[in-house]
Amino acid sequence: VCIHRVRSCSGIQFIKSKYVCVFDKSALKFSHQQRLFRTSAVSCGQIVQFKLSDIGEGITEVTVKEWYIKEGDSVSQFDSICEVQSDKASVTITSRYDGIIRKLHYNLDEIAYVGKPLVDIEIDASKGVSPEEDVVETPPMSHEEHTHQEIKGHKTLATPAVRRLAMENNIKLSEVVGTGKDNRILKEDILNYLAKQTGAILPPSPKAEIVPPLPKSETVPAAPKDRARKIPVPVSRPIVFSGKDKTEPITGFHKAMVKTMSAALKIPHFGYCDEIDLTQLVQLREELKPVAQIRGVKLSFMPFFIKAASLGLLQYPILNASLDESCQNVTYKASHNIGVAMDTEQGLIVPNVKNVQVCSVFEIASELNRLQSLGSAGQLGTNDLSGGTFTLSNIGTIGGTYAKPVILPPEVAIGALGKIQVLPRFNGKGEVFKAQIMNVSWSADHRIIDGATMARFSNLWKSYLENPASMLLDLK
Amino acid sequence: MVLQASLKNCLQLSCILRTPKAGFRSATSGSLIIQSTSDDVYQNLAVEDWIHDHMNLENRQVLFLWRNSPAVVIGRHQNPWQECNLRLLRQKNIKLARRRSGGGTVYHDLGNINLTFFTSRKKYERMENLKLVVKALKALRPQLDVHVTDRYDILLDRHYKISGTAAKLGQTTAYHHCTLLCNADKFVLSSVLKSPYKGIKSNATPSVPASVKNLFEEDPSLTCEMLLDAIAEEYATQHQTDHHITLINPADETVLPGINNKTKELQTWEWVYGKTPKFSVSTCFNMVYKDSVLDVKVDIDIKHGRIEVCNIDLPEQWLPPAVCSELVKSLTGSKFCPNETTTLTATLLRVCPQDAELQSRWNLLCENMIMLM
Repeated sequence: VCIHRVRSCSGIQFIKSKYVCVFDKSALKFSHQQRLFRTSAVSCGQIVQFKLSDIGEGITEVTVKEWYIKEGDSVSQFDSICEVQSDKASVTITSRYDGIIRKLHYNLDEIAYVGKPLVDIEIDASKGVSPEEDVVETPPMSHEEHTHQEIKGHKTLATPAVRRLAMENNIKLSEVVGTGKDNRILKEDILNYLAKQTGAILPPSPKAEIVPPLPKSETVPAAPKDRARKIPVPVSRPIVFSGKDKTEPITGFHKAMVKTMSAALKIPHFGYCDEIDLTQLVQLREELKPVAQIRGVKLSFMPFFIKAASLGLLQYPILNASLDESCQNVTYKASHNIGVAMDTEQGLIVPNVKNVQVCSVFEIASELNRLQSLGSAGQLGTNDLSGGTFTLSNIGTIGGTYAKPVILPPEVAIGALGKIQVLPRFNGKGEVFKAQIMNVSWSADHRIIDGATMARFSNLWKSYLENPASMLLDLK
Repeated sequence: MVLQASLKNCLQLSCILRTPKAGFRSATSGSLIIQSTSDDVYQNLAVEDWIHDHMNLENRQVLFLWRNSPAVVIGRHQNPWQECNLRLLRQKNIKLARRRSGGGTVYHDLGNINLTFFTSRKKYERMENLKLVVKALKALRPQLDVHVTDRYDILLDRHYKISGTAAKLGQTTAYHHCTLLCNADKFVLSSVLKSPYKGIKSNATPSVPASVKNLFEEDPSLTCEMLLDAIAEEYATQHQTDHHITLINPADETVLPGINNKTKELQTWEWVYGKTPKFSVSTCFNMVYKDSVLDVKVDIDIKHGRIEVCNIDLPEQWLPPAVCSELVKSLTGSKFCPNETTTLTATLLRVCPQDAELQSRWNLLCENMIMLM
């Protein structure tokens, strides 16, 4: 637990003060490690020159490779200050003091000398400049750290709970007599100390001590077990949420997406949705999957959806077109380069299968495999990602039924496919049967596509998929 | 490969590794020899981090033995573009890792063994460790001509480097690790450690190339297991401890709490590429377009692995200035990474004027830019 002791300086004589110190008492925090960034320039402490300590092996000079802090930052003892390098050894220099960094003596890549000042730190006037002395505050520990870091120069053995108890009561651990094994300080020792001070017998706090589970172990084991038995925070203490908002600039690919999506929404979209009965297709795919497997290709539903879309586009070529910027001309694209939206670590990527109009379902499947493995390896090329004319987005693999997809310029239509669900439906004889139902949601550019065209295309696409044998009639 | 290990030692280890620094007592204050069961470079580097951060090495020392599947490991302050052929690494699926210690770039595969000597900061002594290794090798094969140089390399036959060294010093603990070439793929090694990128100006620590040789070439009866065993034996003797090698699983959170977070951190782009010291790329390339050859000059400043400043000098009007400036604006702030640039430029293309000529020029320029990364 890291605590920044912040006291008002009004009662303390300081060496070079020109300002009144203004501190906020609520800066006392008991949660994870905090850096306090003070925005007002307050000076009420002594400037100490922190010298670069001995590296070992007779080394006298090192190169400064990275600064972890800058002038004006607050540091606590044991915080990392910089990284220096000497002859294949990288050394992390940590702060010996709590305070504010006032000066960095070296720039990056400069040579720093052992024994010479590295940084100037302004420390609290109330603390002495005794480098090797015992320190009351424990070094910063996050929930992940389960160790007791040795306090410089003085080994005080105590569990985190006991330390906290001591800190809460302003007790120096070095003044408490430890009665535990190896002079370890126990909770009882703190309470006894307090009792002596206040002249009263304090009631024991509920379930404060953490019991080591391993009988052979002589110390406190790692925190996973500790956490389960941690002391609940007393209700009287105000609940402090120390999370901070985090602002980052939008760069690279995301910046490009912002541009594209902003352009996309200038297109007047209209939507059209429908339900497809894939019962027959599911069966067909089951039969064909092993055949494709033998040829080394993984067969999903997408190749069928893509091929059916291409057959539909042959009848309704306006859906495979592009409108120019001035909305004066429509270009009917000859190739059906059907894009398939892919979810990768980076986000939404849309590689496309080129010339679907001359590909067989197997060829489409094979190409999809190639694009998928390149996509997951982050190795798609510019050619794979450009030149698309129509897009299908299989959001159903993640979930959902209906969607409102956004058209990707310069295209004019897009389809979002929901997940396949098993639902009861009526057949021609009025009987209920188990149907494999998938929903499709189309969006199209209403400037050049009308509802009827979209509906007819969708019906045609639907009929190919509901009755796959009919695809055979129109395959080229 | 399983060397001597016992269940009893595994349990003992979990007690040892789990108990915090203020923990251990004389009962188990001997030195420790541990070996990783994983060949994943990130997991193994994470174990080093964990021991460095969490173990009390005041009264004990640890020897950690590990091997990795093919990977290139660069030093803390190095520039991967300068050190290796990133394109080849991606093609061959060879991992790239940045370690926390200083020093130069090495290629690891299962024919290379890694040794890490953990000590307290005061007891940090690289020469002693390397002499231990040489002693072990000579005990195994007395006829081997191996010696330690003052650059902390181990040379075979006075000429070939078989081991490189690096170290990390922290507040209270330190480690020194080194490689040892037993039977690594020298062909892959030399091809991946040759950088094809031109025009890089950087203050990053450069590697010093050296001729290497495998111990296997000197004596084909040698295997990695034999070397590991010999070194462990010598270590055990010198540290007066049992010659027991305890196996540890670098994915086991119960033995190494917090290890998986360390592993993840080592795999992030921000660590591997983002920690590259500021550098610049000034180069030119030729583009063949239709019947002409164009000269393009490029100047890029990269900080934290991201493009800070980008200048592309194209023949006038080859691309409309608005389009060119859009490209430069989008590249600024984005990662100096081929995948990022590919997806970025392909996405931007959607909002560019839709004429085929323009688009093919754009694609050509972008592909060439991506080749620089």
